[in-house]
Amino acid sequence: MSIFAKSLIRHIDPAVAIAFGCIAALLLFGSFYSTSFISPAFLLQQLKVASFLGIIATGAMIVILLGQIDLSIPWLVAVGGMMSTAIVGWRSPMGEVLAIPFGVLCGVAFGLVNGFAVAYLRIPSMIITLAVNAVAQGLMVVHTGGFSPQDASSFAMRFLATGNSLLGIPNALLVWAAVGGGATFLLSRTVFGRAVYGIGNSERAVYLSGVRSQRIVMLAFALSGGLSAFGGVLLAGYASKAAQGMGDAYLLPAIAAVVLGGTSILGGRGTYLGTIAGVILITLLQSILSVMQIEEAGRQIIYGVVIILMLLLYGRERRVQ
Amino acid sequence: MAFFQMEGVSKRYGGVSALQNASLSVEMGRIHAILGENGAGKSTLIKVMSGVVTPDEGRMIMEGREVQFASPAAANRAGIACIFQELSLLPDLSVADNISISNPPKHFGLIDRKAQRRIAEEALARAGGPDIHPLTLVKDLPLSRRQIVEIAKALARKPRILILDEATSALAAADVEKVYTVLKRLRSERLALLYISHRMQEIAELADDCTVFRNGRNIATYRAGTKSDNEVVELMIGREYSHVFPPKPDVGRQETPILLEASGLSWTSRIKDISFRVRAGEVVGLGGLDGQGQRELLLALFGVLRGLSGEIRIEGKPVSVASPHRAKASDLGMALIPEDRKTEGLMLPMSVRDNLSFAALGRLSHFGVIDRDVENTAVADMIRLLAIRADGTDIPVGSLSGGNQQKVLIAKWLMITPRIILLNDPTRGIDVGTKQEFYKLLRQLADAGRAIIFYSTDYAELIGCCDRVLVLYGGAIKRELVGKEITERALVSSALNIGRQAEEAGEKSVAAR
Amino acid sequence: MRDWRYHVGENRDTLLAFAVFLIMFGIYTGNHPAGFTANVVTTAANKGVILALVAMAQTAVVLTAGIDLSVGMIFLLANCLASWIVVGSPGMTALGLLGVLLVGLLCGAINGLVVIFGRLQPIVTTIATGAVYFGLALFLRPVPGGDVNSELADSLTGQLPGGIPASLVVLFLIILTIWLPFRRSEIGRAVYAVGSSEAAAYMSGVPVRKAKFVAYCLSGLFAAMGGLFLTFFTYSGEASAANGGAYTLYSIAAVVLGGISLFGGKGSVIGAVFGALMFRTIGDLLFVFDLEPLWQPLFQGVVLLLAVSLGSLRLFQIRNRLDLFG
Repeated sequence: MSIFAKSLIRHIDPAVAIAFGCIAALLLFGSFYSTSFISPAFLLQQLKVASFLGIIATGAMIVILLGQIDLSIPWLVAVGGMMSTAIVGWRSPMGEVLAIPFGVLCGVAFGLVNGFAVAYLRIPSMIITLAVNAVAQGLMVVHTGGFSPQDASSFAMRFLATGNSLLGIPNALLVWAAVGGGATFLLSRTVFGRAVYGIGNSERAVYLSGVRSQRIVMLAFALSGGLSAFGGVLLAGYASKAAQGMGDAYLLPAIAAVVLGGTSILGGRGTYLGTIAGVILITLLQSILSVMQIEEAGRQIIYGVVIILMLLLYGRERRVQ
Repeated sequence: MAFFQMEGVSKRYGGVSALQNASLSVEMGRIHAILGENGAGKSTLIKVMSGVVTPDEGRMIMEGREVQFASPAAANRAGIACIFQELSLLPDLSVADNISISNPPKHFGLIDRKAQRRIAEEALARAGGPDIHPLTLVKDLPLSRRQIVEIAKALARKPRILILDEATSALAAADVEKVYTVLKRLRSERLALLYISHRMQEIAELADDCTVFRNGRNIATYRAGTKSDNEVVELMIGREYSHVFPPKPDVGRQETPILLEASGLSWTSRIKDISFRVRAGEVVGLGGLDGQGQRELLLALFGVLRGLSGEIRIEGKPVSVASPHRAKASDLGMALIPEDRKTEGLMLPMSVRDNLSFAALGRLSHFGVIDRDVENTAVADMIRLLAIRADGTDIPVGSLSGGNQQKVLIAKWLMITPRIILLNDPTRGIDVGTKQEFYKLLRQLADAGRAIIFYSTDYAELIGCCDRVLVLYGGAIKRELVGKEITERALVSSALNIGRQAEEAGEKSVAAR
Repeated sequence: MRDWRYHVGENRDTLLAFAVFLIMFGIYTGNHPAGFTANVVTTAANKGVILALVAMAQTAVVLTAGIDLSVGMIFLLANCLASWIVVGSPGMTALGLLGVLLVGLLCGAINGLVVIFGRLQPIVTTIATGAVYFGLALFLRPVPGGDVNSELADSLTGQLPGGIPASLVVLFLIILTIWLPFRRSEIGRAVYAVGSSEAAAYMSGVPVRKAKFVAYCLSGLFAAMGGLFLTFFTYSGEASAANGGAYTLYSIAAVVLGGISLFGGKGSVIGAVFGALMFRTIGDLLFVFDLEPLWQPLFQGVVLLLAVSLGSLRLFQIRNRLDLFG
């Protein structure tokens, strides 16, 4: 074995390797069921669907690395979708241009509330993000009158979510690649990233090292809120409009993807490569279950059992003596 | 036949063996001290004895019968109770609940609170804490009182062997005396006591027998008092033991500029009107009993405490230090080596490199992006400078030995080239060899013009390392000792705030002899 | 004897939750068009008791410093199952009740086993098992429907002589016969011990695994009781994911309002009951003040936000900034 391969093996997190192994196994299993499962077109389609989850999971991961959790994902996704579509018609063409940034900024604003409460008010993230989720839901219910909004998404939103670029690569995938590249750089090469990992391990130690940990925590939550909303913006582009509860289906998969990718739910440990693997894994699992035409009840059961089994395979905490 | 015997016990963790063919015999009615450097196998030994870990090989014999403990509860039932270094109390439960946590008195299957309270009162009285209310929540008690509860809890199990692992390390001196009295009484009640401590004078005061461990083996067992301290230390480290402390520079050398000056510092009831100056090149010790405001003083200087009154001047300029972030900025240049390296100093699962560069990242980056070449060079320099023994910079710092972790913690702060270094009991729980290296480094840093404030709970360190010692009592400076004045007698008497008369009387009686 | 100080101190948060609830309920009935009548109280009690039981389920796990995101789904599963089997003759109905409670217990036991022996984090474990329990509920009731023994349902959601809501009495009996003995038992104390400090509990010879297991089982049991009450209230079963998620969320809100520490070891199921009643009253307050129902989710959210922010008032007392970082 070459030295390069050896050092590669030493550097790869076993959890990430297993996650990629599971992806291969799922593809193999799927190919027995239908040969179209491993066709390039189908795989690209899968990656495109995975992109939305991938973008949302990126934010979830950064927060989980802090040792916190963001349970406001569902309605921040909806906020992104609803706010961006709501502004499209405003002072044409201003609305068209502002739709995406406005949607994302609304998510950032909610994220800042989360972050401020966690960092400065020291409220456990599990509670405050639930409360912010409830407030976001309340605001959206008031905004839409309880019905799905009729506003259509902008051209740019549809282009990013549904269009294809050179070689037929979906734009959504390119967007995810950009977000993922940015996240990887942020986490591995910047002071912010180091601090995120540090806070996940011991915030006291980070504070006593003279790093402004509270600011980092607030930024991380703002980032998570913005990414959730950006996911919502793209989902609204994909479906041409926003909908009540459009984010409900993303909380559990996002957290599951991050954890299946080897990021410790207790914080401080994990790589973005793992999150990519986790996102693809969850997406494939969902689509295999739907291709097999199992009804919703069975899909939920299998989904839950498979996640537990995969976690048991490698997501276990180390035994403490 | 001894009351309790351990023969040929071995225990490996992964590839590392913590105990190798270790033996020990414990008699009733005696205090048996276990000595050894960190990593010598003492902790594993008592973990085996108290059922926390099961040995790979070997056997244990109690009263002539072979015994095996699958859990701490099993060891308890056999009559072995252990007081661990890390407290094993439950903060949210009451003292009474804690004392009878493992076998509460019951009444119709439910816990009998009255009986439980009676047991607690008795046990607290035996352990020297009759003033502790059994219904107090443990989290509302100060650390030294918790240790008394810990002892009461062990006693309530009616043990026949009591193991104490660094039981006095968290105690104030007044409480230490109480614990000594308690332990001596227990000895007269025919209990077997196993005592682990790093403090030689404690062992001299208490022990009947001593066993020295090194590299997981028992090296020697002897009657207390039959070996000199130097001989014992040599047994422990297995090498020549001389000149622990580097020589201090001569007194009366030229005056260097004042780097740090504090005047009238006060904070809640813990710090009272503290004023002092530290010159460049000086090592100033903080002495006194544990918990007299020394930690708070260091935190106050480092900008951690809110509502601090008084003035801090650096190079004569008044500064306001609102956070550690401000404190480490280059115009102030302060560094604080915190007390608890596991939670406050280092991020154990993170790599050696990430830990080393953490405080200095501002200098190693441009616009928030880390310059990896600069970082690697700086990290390599530090590893060389402090002779940190690590198998590469990518391994988690938690996998290093305690001494090397402490070096990483110090190096992390040297990376910002601080001018003022605050040290909070930095040698606690590290081995003799690393301590020696640390003392040398301390002097080197001072010689290079840094101002050092050094809090230590070990009087020998204050005597050996410091140019001056400020002795704190009740949050105020009670006495300043300079140069040759720094003696054990002076430190102890001023720490107890019993004035100079006692000390002078002592000196006279020495002179008269 | 100054023992009472310690007893009050120990139960301070529960007492506070009780006091706040009383004030809110006073405002509610004071402004209710019908006033403080038996019917108003019974309706409020029935809705409150359902959430109270789910909040009690959450509390059992939170006391061990865990979290159970599947309580809402166990609650739904119990509801859907009850709409099949809690019917017919008194004997059949009794068997059905037993069956539902056993299933709840089993769900809790599974959560516990996976967390303890699988060494997985409670939060991810219960997210996944919650999906399984929801799948089972959906399997039982793909569309809303079913029935329940209406005599039993009416008597448990009705009034006792004197206008006392029967549901409150049942809740009281559950606390009296299950919670209080549990709290006083060795295993109950072990649950608090584990939540307070797991490492210290292990060192002290506390049966850590057993305590956690019992806590999760108790959680499943309480959640199933909540599901039964829902069935008595609606006379049918419905597997609605939104409903299950909402109850999980509300249960955490109730736990927080009830003064139970999410870090474990501190608080009481009784506090959670008042937290739940409080949370319900918040929603009802809107109704009596004639606000549009559209505003209700926002109002609940804002109140929750303010309630959880209140806890940070203690930050003003912190003089050593290190204490901020736990």
